[in-house]
Order: sequence, then structure tokens, then C-alpha cells
Amino acid sequence: MADPMRIRAVAKDGAVSVKILMSHTMETGQRKDDAGKLIPAHYIQQVSATWQGKVVLSANWGTAIAKNPFLEFSFKGGQKGEKIQVTWTDNKGDKRTDEATIN
Amino acid sequence: MNQTRRQVLKAGGGASLYALLAVAGMLRPEAAFAADWNQKAFEAKNLKDAFDALGAGSRADSIGILMTAPEIAENGAVVPIGALSKLPGTESIAILIAKNPTALAANFDIPAGTEPAVSTRVKMAETSDVYVLVKAQGKYYVTKKEVKVTIGGCGG
Repeated sequence: MADPMRIRAVAKDGAVSVKILMSHTMETGQRKDDAGKLIPAHYIQQVSATWQGKVVLSANWGTAIAKNPFLEFSFKGGQKGEKIQVTWTDNKGDKRTDEATIN
Repeated sequence: MNQTRRQVLKAGGGASLYALLAVAGMLRPEAAFAADWNQKAFEAKNLKDAFDALGAGSRADSIGILMTAPEIAENGAVVPIGALSKLPGTESIAILIAKNPTALAANFDIPAGTEPAVSTRVKMAETSDVYVLVKAQGKYYVTKKEVKVTIGGCGG
């Protein structure tokens, strides 16, 4: 099971700035292990962030996103104290959802 | 859909059960949104195929897209890339790396109310042009910048 994401959401001037740090190996499928065998690809393919049931960002990723992915974006309308949810799904079907309160 | 699941559970037994459960997993409603993942675009080996698979076969250079990327990335495994679109009606922002084994790194959908700006970190195999592709009002716009990589991020 993957570790929780670190999510920071800060409301300022009518917009909420969101920073997310996910914990994921993001294997490209190009690397070889010590025995020279290819390490199978294992990476996050989809990320979506919702606020009050509305999708505020959705992303499709390939293998080129760095290990332990970082993502920053901002959206209009969120208030302090409200919650946002972030979900990722990887190519093996694992998924994880975490929630954060807007500060 | 539930019935399928029951049949699967009845079917029982070892590896075949595991395989069937994996199939049943594909039928879960939340898997529906995984269908949006553009396999063709993400598996494209070169820039042109990736652009084509995204539907951006024709695109215009634009100064309305701002990219923040380092001139020199000492470590290709972690290269910060920021993209900001000033084009009205921005619908999506994609990041492509010309010389990576697969060119398309990320594609972000920007719903109304979300700022057309994203930042993330990518891996780069070698020195390459990095492209930011923006879809705005149904048309595609692009900007590029070369990032020099000292140590590649995709090797073994």
C-alpha cells in the first residue's frame, strides 16, 4: 500500500493554491536490475483533484514524471476550511485517495 | 455487473480466480475514468506521433504560453517544469520531451475555474527540447525550450 500524499491547499485572493507530493516509485519500464532484467513499468497514470464534488484538475501521466511526483496548480472559489480530495491511479490498478483541508 | 462478480466468485480456485478477479476489477465503475488515458499518445516513441495521437497534428507557435524550465538540469531524474497559458479558453496543457523514449510526459485537463497553470517534475533521458502544448478554444498552440541534461534520468 502506498504512503499517503502530502497535500497543501492555501486560500489566497479568491483562489486556492494546491501543492501535492505523492509517494510512488514511477518505474519507467526502461531500467534494468542488477541481474540485467528489465524492471516492469509501474507508474501513476491518472490524477484527479475534486473540491465539493467538482473536478478542479485531472491529469494523465506517462512514465516521464519524476519519482515521488510533485504537482502544483490553483483553482478559483475555494474557501478556508473546505476540503479537497486527490486520487491517483497507477498502471497496475492501485489507487489512493487523500483529503486535505484548505488553509 | 454484480452478476458478473458473483459468477467470478463461484468460479473459484487458484490462478484462474485471480485472473478472473482482475477482469472483474476492470468492470468496476471507477475504472470508467481510466478509459480516458490516451494509450496511443503516451506510448508514442517520437514527438510527431505523440502530437498526432493528441490530435495536435497542426499547431501554431505561441508566445501566449510561458514555460519555466531550467537551462541546465544537473540531474535528469528530477527536472522541474512549469507551464502557464495566457490563451483564452485554455482546455488542456501537455508536456512533451522530444528525446525521451516516450515523448509525452503529462497531459492536464483544465476545467473552467482552474488557473491554466501547472507545475510538476519530469525525468529527462538526455538534453532535449521540452514542449508545452496548449489546447485553447479547440485549437493547438505550442512553445518549446531546450533543457541541457548533465546526467540522464532514465538509464539503468
